[in-house]
Amino acid sequence: MKLPKLLQAVLVVVGVYIGFKLVFSVGLHQPIPSSLLTMYMFFVVVATLLVTTATEESAKEMSAPIKALVEDPSKKTIRNIVFVLVPLLAAWMTYSKLAPSFEAPVELRTIHPAPPSSLKAYGKSFDMMKLENPFSKFQKEDPEKFKVLVKEGGDVYYKNCHFCHGDKLDGQGQYAQGFNPLPLNFQDVGTIAQLQESYLFWRIATGGPGLPKEATPWLSAMPVWKDFLTEDEIWKVILFLYDYTGQAPRSWAAH
Amino acid sequence: MSFFSGFKRLTCLTLLLSLLFAGGFSFTSIPVFANMANAEEAVKSEGTPTESVKEGEKKAEYPPAPKLTAADYPQIGGFNPRILVWIVAQLHLWFAAFVLAVPIFVLIIEAIGMATKDQRYDNMAYEFIKVSMAAYSITASITAIMGGLLTFTLLVFYPDLFKYMASLFSRSMLAYAFLFFAESASLYVYYYGWHWLEGGFKKWVHLTIGLVLNFVGTVLMLLANAWVTFSMSPNGVDPATGAFLGSEWDVIHNFLWNPLNLHRVIANIAYGGSIIGAYAAYKFLSSSVKEEKAHYDWMGYTANVIAVGGLLPLPFAGYWLTAEIYAYSQQMGITLMGGAFAWLFIMQAVLIGALFLSVNYYLWCGMGRSEGSGRYTKHIWWIAALIVGCFLVWFTPHTLVLTNQELKALGGPYHKYLGPLGIMPAKNTAVNIMIIMTFLSFTLYRRANKIATVSWAASGSAIQAAIFVAAILNIIFLGVYHGYFTNTAYKVAASIPQVLSTAVVIISTLIIDSMMFKGAKEVGPLRWGKVPDRSQYALFMLAVSFTWLMGLMGYVRSGIRQHWHVNSIMRDNSIDAFTPTIGVAAQVVTSATVIFMAIVIFIFWLSNISSKKSAVH
Ligand code: HEC
Repeated sequence: MKLPKLLQAVLVVVGVYIGFKLVFSVGLHQPIPSSLLTMYMFFVVVATLLVTTATEESAKEMSAPIKALVEDPSKKTIRNIVFVLVPLLAAWMTYSKLAPSFEAPVELRTIHPAPPSSLKAYGKSFDMMKLENPFSKFQKEDPEKFKVLVKEGGDVYYKNCHFCHGDKLDGQGQYAQGFNPLPLNFQDVGTIAQLQESYLFWRIATGGPGLPKEATPWLSAMPVWKDFLTEDEIWKVILFLYDYTGQAPRSWAAH
Repeated sequence: MSFFSGFKRLTCLTLLLSLLFAGGFSFTSIPVFANMANAEEAVKSEGTPTESVKEGEKKAEYPPAPKLTAADYPQIGGFNPRILVWIVAQLHLWFAAFVLAVPIFVLIIEAIGMATKDQRYDNMAYEFIKVSMAAYSITASITAIMGGLLTFTLLVFYPDLFKYMASLFSRSMLAYAFLFFAESASLYVYYYGWHWLEGGFKKWVHLTIGLVLNFVGTVLMLLANAWVTFSMSPNGVDPATGAFLGSEWDVIHNFLWNPLNLHRVIANIAYGGSIIGAYAAYKFLSSSVKEEKAHYDWMGYTANVIAVGGLLPLPFAGYWLTAEIYAYSQQMGITLMGGAFAWLFIMQAVLIGALFLSVNYYLWCGMGRSEGSGRYTKHIWWIAALIVGCFLVWFTPHTLVLTNQELKALGGPYHKYLGPLGIMPAKNTAVNIMIIMTFLSFTLYRRANKIATVSWAASGSAIQAAIFVAAILNIIFLGVYHGYFTNTAYKVAASIPQVLSTAVVIISTLIIDSMMFKGAKEVGPLRWGKVPDRSQYALFMLAVSFTWLMGLMGYVRSGIRQHWHVNSIMRDNSIDAFTPTIGVAAQVVTSATVIFMAIVIFIFWLSNISSKKSAVH
C-alpha cells in the first residue's frame, strides 16, 4: 500500500531527526548541540516541502488531506480535535521557551578574536602585522639547532602548561574541567592550525586578561605568561606546540 | 502612442537628472582641487619654479591624513550619521549593480544572436532592454539620486574624510563624473539605435556601442571599487602619516582592488538576472492573458539562467577575496572569519543555501512545461537530499553555540566530528557538490522535452552519469582527506582539484549533450506559461536573498576595518566608531533591504500602469 504523500513527508522529517539523535548521541557520543539541530531540522523541513510540491500532481496530493480536513463535512470530529490540539501545541512551545531554568544563557562567544595591531610586552612594542617567530628559520637553516629549541620549548610546556592543556596537548589536563571556557585543544584543526605564530605569541603573552571585549562574557583562566616567561621561552614553546601536534602555522602568504 | 511620448519624457527627465547629479557630483567634489591649489602654493613659496624640487620636499606638498576628534564630526538634528550613510550607500550600490548588470547580459544575448544568426535572440535582447527600460530609466535616475545623496551625506557628516579621499582620488573622481554622463548617453544611443542600426555593418556598429556602454559601466564600478578597497588596504600613501605619495594609480591599484573587482563583476551579472527574474515573476503573477503569461514565464526563465550562470562561479571569487584579505592583514582576516563577524558568515551561508534551493526548485517546477518531464521528476528527491546534505555542511559553524551542559558533554568548545565541517575543506566540498547538483537539475530540465535520436544515446548518458559520480566521489575524498587527516598548510590544496572536478563535469556534460541532442526529437512544444505560481515565488526568493546577502556581506567587508576610516591610516574618532552588535547590523541591513524592495516594487507598479495605459490607447 502506498502511504499518503503528507504522511511520507512527516515520516521523512521525523526519521531524519531520530537519525541525527541516534548517530551523534548514541553512536558517536558527541551529541549535536540543540542550536545547530534546530537549524538543521528547519532546512530539512523546508527541503521536504520543496520536493513534495515540485510537481503539480504531488503538490495536489500533499494538500488534499489538509483541504479535506478543513472542508470535508464527514471529518468534523477530527477537525475539532486538530483545531484544539494545534493551539495547545503552540501554547506548550511558548511556555517551554519562556519557562525559567537554571541553565546559564547561551552566548555567542568568539574564541579567536582579532588581535590588536600592536602588542606591548617586555618593555617594547611588537608590530603584530610583521611579527614572526625568530626561531622558525632554523627549521631549514639548522635542523639540529631547531631540534634543541623544540626540546627546550617542550620543557617550558611540561613545566607550565600541561596542567591545563594536557600532556598530549589535547586540552585534557588535570585541571581542565574546572574552567570555563575550557583550555583549548591544540590537536584540533580549529585552534593553532588556523593561526599565525604571532597570534599565539599574543595569546600566550597576555593570556585571559588580554582578551578583547568580544571574547567575553567568560574570562578565560589562561595566565598572563609575559609575567612568568621570557620572550624566547614563549617563542620556543610555540615551536613545540606545532612540532608536537604536527600542525603548521598559517603563514604570510602574499607578503 | 501617448505611452511612447510619456516614455520619452521620462527618459529626458532621467537624462537631465543624471546630468544634474553627475554635474553635482563634480561640483561637490570641489575639494578635489584642494591639493592642486596646494601644489601651486608650494611652487609659489619656493620662489623660483624652475628650481628642481627634491624628493623630500615633493612629498611635503601633500598634507598628511587628518587626525580627527569627535568634534570634527558635525551633529545635525537627530540623525545618526553612520546609519544614514550606511543605508544610503547600500541603496546606491544596489541600484547601481542593477543598472550596470542589465546591459551586460543584453549585450551577451545580442552577440549570441549575431553569432548564430538567429533572430529570436536579437528580439529577446531588445525585448529585455525594452521591457526593463521603463523600470530601468527610473532606476538609473534613482541610482544617480542615491549617488548624489551619498556624496551629500558624506560631505555633511564626514567632511574631513571626504576631503582626504577626494584629495587622493582627485582625477578619478572627476573621471567618474564624466563617465557617469557617458554611461547614460551610450545607453540611450544603444537603446534607441537598436532598429536603426540593423543588419550587416550597422549591426556591428550597434554591438560596438553596446560594448562601449559596458566598458564605461565597468570602469565606473572599478573606480568606485578603488575608493572602497583603498580604505581597507591603503596604498600609494605614506604608511606613517597617510600623506599622498604622488601617484594616483598606486592609490587605485591597491592590494584588494582586483579581488573585489572580480567578485563584484560576477555578482552583478547574477544580481541583475535575479532582479529581472523577479520582475518577470511579478508580471507573470499579475497577468491573466495567456500570451502574456507565456512571455513572462520565458523571460523569468532566461533571467534565471543568467542569474545561475553568475551564481555558480561566485563562491570561488568570494574565496579568493577572503584569502586575499587574510593575506593582507591577519587582523582583518580573523575579524572577518573567526572574530566578531563570523556569525554573519553563518547567516551568509544560510542565505546562499537558500539561493541554491530556490534555483533548483524553480527548475524542478519548470519541468511542468514539457510533456516529457515525467521521465525525470522521479530523480528530484535524491538530488534534493544531496543538496540539503551539502547545505547543512555548508552552514555548520566551526565554533558552536553551546549550553554549558553541552559544553561538558562534548569536552570542549569544538565538536569532534562536526568541528571539521566548519573549516575550508568541508565548505569547499559542500559547495562543489551543490554546484554539480544544481547543474544536474539544469541538465535534466533541458532534457525533459527532448528525446535523443543518435544511436549512442544510451551509452552517452551512461558516460555522463559516470563522470558525475566519479567527480563527486573525488571531491568527497579530497575533502575528507584534507579535512580530517592533514594539517592547515595542505588544507587549501584540496580546493583546486575540487574546482577542476566540477569544471570537468560541467564542460564534458555540455559537450556530450550538444552532440547527443543534435537533431533530437521534441516530445511536444514547450508550454511556456504552464508553471505553477509557486515557482514564481522562488524567483522572488532569489532576488530578495541576493539583495539581503549583498547588504550583509557588504557591511562585513566595510566593518572589518573596525575603528578606521582608512585602515591604519586615518582613525575614525566619531562617536559611532564602534562595531555594532550582530543584531543591530542585521536590523539596519534588513531595513535597507525593505526600503530597496519597496522602491523596486513601486517601479514595477509604475511601469505596469504605463504599459496598461498604452494598451488602452
Ligand atoms: C590555568 C590553566 C591554563 C594554563 C596553565 C595554560 N593555559 Fe593556555 N589556555 C587556557 C585557557 C582557559 C585558554 C582559553 C580558551 C578560550 O579562550 O576559549 C587558553 C588558551 C591558550 C591559547 C590560545 C589558543 C587559541 O586557539 O586561541 C594558547 C596558544 C595557549 N593557551 C597556550 C598556553 C601555553 C603555551 C601555556 C603554558 C606556557 C598555557 N597555555 C598554559 C588555560 C591555561
